[in-house]
Amino acid sequence: MLALIFRRLALGLITVWLVSAIIFLGVEALPGDACTAILERDAHGEALEKCRAAMGLNTPALPRYIAWATGILQGDFGLTASGQEHISELVGYRVRNSLLLAAGALSVGIPLSILLGTMAGLWRDRWIDILFSTGAILAMTIPEFVSATVLILIFAIWLGWVPAIVLTPADARPLEFFPEFILASTVLTLLMIAHIMRMVRSSVIDVMASDYVQMATLKGVPYWRIVFRHALPNALLPAINVIALTVAWLMGGVVVVEVVFNYPGLGRLLVDAISGRDLPVVQAITMIVAATYVGVNLVADILSLLLNPRLRSHQMRSR
Amino acid sequence: MSAATPGLSVRAANVLRDVLARPSGAVGLTLVALHLVIALVSPWIVPFDYKAMNAAMTLAGPSDLHWLGTDHLGRDVLSRVLLGGREALVVTGIATPVAMLWGGLLGVFLGLRGGWTDEILMRLVDAFLALPGILPLLVLITVFGSGGAVLMPTLAFFFGIPVIRVARAAAHEVVARDFISAARARGHRPFDIVRREIMPNVTDTLLVEGAMRWSWMLLGFSALSFLGFGVAPPRPDWGLMVSDARVYMSLAPWGVIAPVIALSTLIIGINLTADALAKTLGLDQGRKAVV
Amino acid sequence: MAGPPLIDIRKLCIGFRGRAGTMLPVLHEIDLTVCRGQSLGLVGESGSGKSTLALAAMGYLKHGLQKLSGEVIHDGADIFARSASELEKIRGGRLGLIPQNSGQALTPTLRIGQQIHEALHLHCALPEGEHEARAIDLLAQVRLPDPQAILRRYPHELSGGQQQRVAIAMALAGEPDALLLDEPTTGLDVTTQAHILELLRDLAAARNMATVYVSHDLGVIARVCDRVQVLYGGETMLTGPTAEVLRDPAHPYARGLLASIPRLSDRTLPRALEGRPPPPGQRRRGCAFAARCGLATETCHAERPPMIAGAGAQNTRCFYPDRVAGMDAGGGGAVPGHGASDGPAALRLADVAVRYDRPGLLARLRRVPRNPATVEGISLHLRRGETLGMVGESGSGKSTILKTIAGLMSPAEGRIALGDGSLLNATVEQRRPDQLRRIQMVFQNPDDSLNPRQTVAEILSQPLRLYFGLRGKALQGRSVELLETVRLGAHYLDRRPGQLSGGEKQRVAVARAFAAGPEIVLCDEITSALDVSVQAAVLELLNDLKGLHGTAFIFVSHDLTIVRALSDRVAVLYQGRLCEIGPTAAVYGAPSHPYTEVLLNAVLEPDPEHTPRLLTEDAADLSPPARGCPFQRRCPVKCGRICEVDAPPWQETGDGHAIRCHIPLADLPRRIAG
Repeated sequence: MLALIFRRLALGLITVWLVSAIIFLGVEALPGDACTAILERDAHGEALEKCRAAMGLNTPALPRYIAWATGILQGDFGLTASGQEHISELVGYRVRNSLLLAAGALSVGIPLSILLGTMAGLWRDRWIDILFSTGAILAMTIPEFVSATVLILIFAIWLGWVPAIVLTPADARPLEFFPEFILASTVLTLLMIAHIMRMVRSSVIDVMASDYVQMATLKGVPYWRIVFRHALPNALLPAINVIALTVAWLMGGVVVVEVVFNYPGLGRLLVDAISGRDLPVVQAITMIVAATYVGVNLVADILSLLLNPRLRSHQMRSR
Repeated sequence: MSAATPGLSVRAANVLRDVLARPSGAVGLTLVALHLVIALVSPWIVPFDYKAMNAAMTLAGPSDLHWLGTDHLGRDVLSRVLLGGREALVVTGIATPVAMLWGGLLGVFLGLRGGWTDEILMRLVDAFLALPGILPLLVLITVFGSGGAVLMPTLAFFFGIPVIRVARAAAHEVVARDFISAARARGHRPFDIVRREIMPNVTDTLLVEGAMRWSWMLLGFSALSFLGFGVAPPRPDWGLMVSDARVYMSLAPWGVIAPVIALSTLIIGINLTADALAKTLGLDQGRKAVV
Repeated sequence: MAGPPLIDIRKLCIGFRGRAGTMLPVLHEIDLTVCRGQSLGLVGESGSGKSTLALAAMGYLKHGLQKLSGEVIHDGADIFARSASELEKIRGGRLGLIPQNSGQALTPTLRIGQQIHEALHLHCALPEGEHEARAIDLLAQVRLPDPQAILRRYPHELSGGQQQRVAIAMALAGEPDALLLDEPTTGLDVTTQAHILELLRDLAAARNMATVYVSHDLGVIARVCDRVQVLYGGETMLTGPTAEVLRDPAHPYARGLLASIPRLSDRTLPRALEGRPPPPGQRRRGCAFAARCGLATETCHAERPPMIAGAGAQNTRCFYPDRVAGMDAGGGGAVPGHGASDGPAALRLADVAVRYDRPGLLARLRRVPRNPATVEGISLHLRRGETLGMVGESGSGKSTILKTIAGLMSPAEGRIALGDGSLLNATVEQRRPDQLRRIQMVFQNPDDSLNPRQTVAEILSQPLRLYFGLRGKALQGRSVELLETVRLGAHYLDRRPGQLSGGEKQRVAVARAFAAGPEIVLCDEITSALDVSVQAAVLELLNDLKGLHGTAFIFVSHDLTIVRALSDRVAVLYQGRLCEIGPTAAVYGAPSHPYTEVLLNAVLEPDPEHTPRLLTEDAADLSPPARGCPFQRRCPVKCGRICEVDAPPWQETGDGHAIRCHIPLADLPRRIAG
């Protein structure tokens, strides 16, 4: 058991290390560097050399990678391309805001998606299932920027309940960007519900057709007791990993939604950094998001190991 | 293999018939076909030049002249909507099969082979999957520009990575079966085992996966355009149109609604088709999410 | 004598809605009664509707099935007319079910204790406080050792036999009047099966329960049932007292079924029943069995025969019960062919050992002692044209040995050499093509060993192209020849496995193996996925092929009767170690290894007089002991410390018969009998 957890941990660490290597090499491989970005048209001759020397770009790649990576391990992502700001400070509030957004979406989305998915699965092919499943397909297929735009159209423009475009600084108190927060997390919640619900539904259908549910019926166990005691614990185990993927996606892939709503999170910072060719910031954000992705999946793996008696003692027996 | 060809096309015809027999399949395929036809013929049927501006008539509502009104530059929205899917369809229509092919083949080989190669490459796959969403695309596009020549290979590469995982998992299921053991025991080369024994058993999975990936790639493509990293103006593209018209949404909602409907119907069509295909092929159980 | 029936099924019809929207019958006008203290056996092959009937007796229909007409009277009312809450009371209460595969019928996320408590909570009148004691008592009644520990376990932590016992305990929790048992011992080892059946017999007698056994195995029915009801194609074909049905069945199908069962006492092969059973839902006019019946007349094809009195107390659905007796009874099948017993060797295994576990890095660093090898010390030879049988229970390593010979697994130690002395490399990738060609394998389950996406022609062409480079006409011609060898016609070439019956699929698999022109064919439980009547046909086919090209066979099976019917020599394996090897007659005769005796005595035969002897506990060990005799933990005649410490010596009785035991050969029969 412990050995298995260690193995997962090690694999996670290797993945994070690989990500850092990919990011570093990727940026290295790109034409131009921080100095060409800062100096733009003046990026030639002496000015360029000076800048590179100042930023330590003249040293070979490997030492630079080691310096960069050890910096990250200590929580220091270095300076922005312009050399004006510490990335760690720039990113701090953005991480908080993105976490807030994710937390908002998850706290509503997870319980709701499990509820709806279970209902759709139990009443398979009835109107309630058709309604939910069609809704899920719609929610999954309509692009985020479309649903976001429609929400703005309805709630900001037609109903006027929230301001349409706001510009809130990243370090504002959470209450100040509450309107953006509500709309953005609604879009994300819808999308998330669609994905998790479909998975829960098919899992519930599988489990309800299993031998042990049939046996419980033939043991005289009342229907709802079967659902809650025999079926759901088994149906929801595989959902853990799907939820983890969704969480990871919420942390990193919500670029579009943050841009549409002008939400001061990591995603928008990423787009701004790319537009401004601020590669150190891009690297930093990518590292944070990738580490979160790996971490969340790791937690899910370990959680399902702990919750699934089959996996748990399988490991014990083989020892 | 020649003996298999008629059998294969018969099966394809049967599958197509069964897909069309389902309401979701009929609706889905009709929508997709409609979009393909429009994309094909639109240059000859559009009422206006897509870049012809009319300063006198900006943000006009629907009228006899401009059925869907005009945008902020006075361009005809209908013409732009009809043309707006062409680039997306061409790019994703080529990039999706390429992604399925390389991801699928590599995944199947890894599934059969296992061992260290598998272990190492899967870690790399994990690492790529951990990169946030469309970031690699954004970076490459900012550096190399956003033409189809950049977008197509980039999309094909990055969308192929999750396919490796799916194909590998599908291959694992097949490899565990005795007919693979039988083929190995006879001494066939791995390439022949993949081609004759494994591939025919994973094509169903890859087909459904491909349809889903296509819709996700379309979503990604229009998101790029929306963010300003995709199709360059003044060429028409749905994502770009939504982005442009968003600002004038309160004045001219048609400018947003029309491309939104166009894009959504295409993606819904693909998804309904994929859904019906999965049900027809008996693969609808246990679908995984995002990635 | 038995009072009113506990379950009384009257003219029950069950069906499902087909593609065209018409109702297709699965069960057709079934009558069934069972009273307190009685035991009824429902016998039939796959697709006969026997499991559907057992579940319908509890008012339960699988998804998609509907009751069309008839009723199931339990406690004075039709069970299908009862309300949900009444059903919940009856199910698991007065009617208990023992499912086919308890491993899958127990909820994986709940501990055994939680599941038994649930049954007690729902159906037991005792106050909650006494449930714990009751649960332990129930587990003790089903003869599980250490009930307290079992209560804390999860289902997957138990062996198949233990899971089955837990399911029985759970059914007993409701103090049932009647138990329905759906293939209660299918998939269990022979010794476990014998133990479970004895337990069930005792429980039924002690509690005066009615029991309904559903089984394909007439040996099981013979042991536990007073009455038999034979189902075929969803209809009752024959009912009667077990002894009469087994001795002199009054229906041609029952007669054919009995004749197709291999027996230990037979010197001949079982006789196959030609044709295949009708698929569930088939509409027909005449007798369901007419197509396969030797007595069938035009009337049989046109009219459905009524249930009439047959010989003795039997009732039969046949127009000609008098003629049935004229058909020759069991036996009289083909005489098993015998291969050369002193020919040159085709294959030699010297000291082969196989390990599944590879110690992880951590284990190696901590120097954890390795588990004993899964298979160890296998030395044997196979002569040309000979059939070597390998028997043993699950975990005996017999399939592992086959896979190692085939190169699908690598031996950890030892050598494998072909008859010409050429050593075989460990894995297929390292072997030469001609070596690969000479060894072919047929797998257990043809659904798994034939690629569902290929046609029979493509399947057969794989070895023909690979080894002989055949193309075009030559390929086609050879494929047809091969199909004819396994008694299938050329029209099978275009079919896919999904369009074939189980027996036909296995024939194609055999044909594919023979396409290579092999010297050695490895058969891994190749009949265990088939119905008995089909199995007999495959055995006949193998028997014919034995003489054909001087091919040698290794025939692995858990079924001692089949191995006896086909083999020239037999090897008995326990936990990956050889116990006994020798000519078939010698191994099946005396003296034999204690384990061989245990197996032979546990065999159930379709004979009312036959009683199995249970010589030892059925508990299977997890891994073989590190030293001493592998069978030390279960041996009924263990002599003492010597068995735990020293590896037993091989003792020879002559003509190649050897037994691995510490007890002198002369003493063995006496020790086991005493």
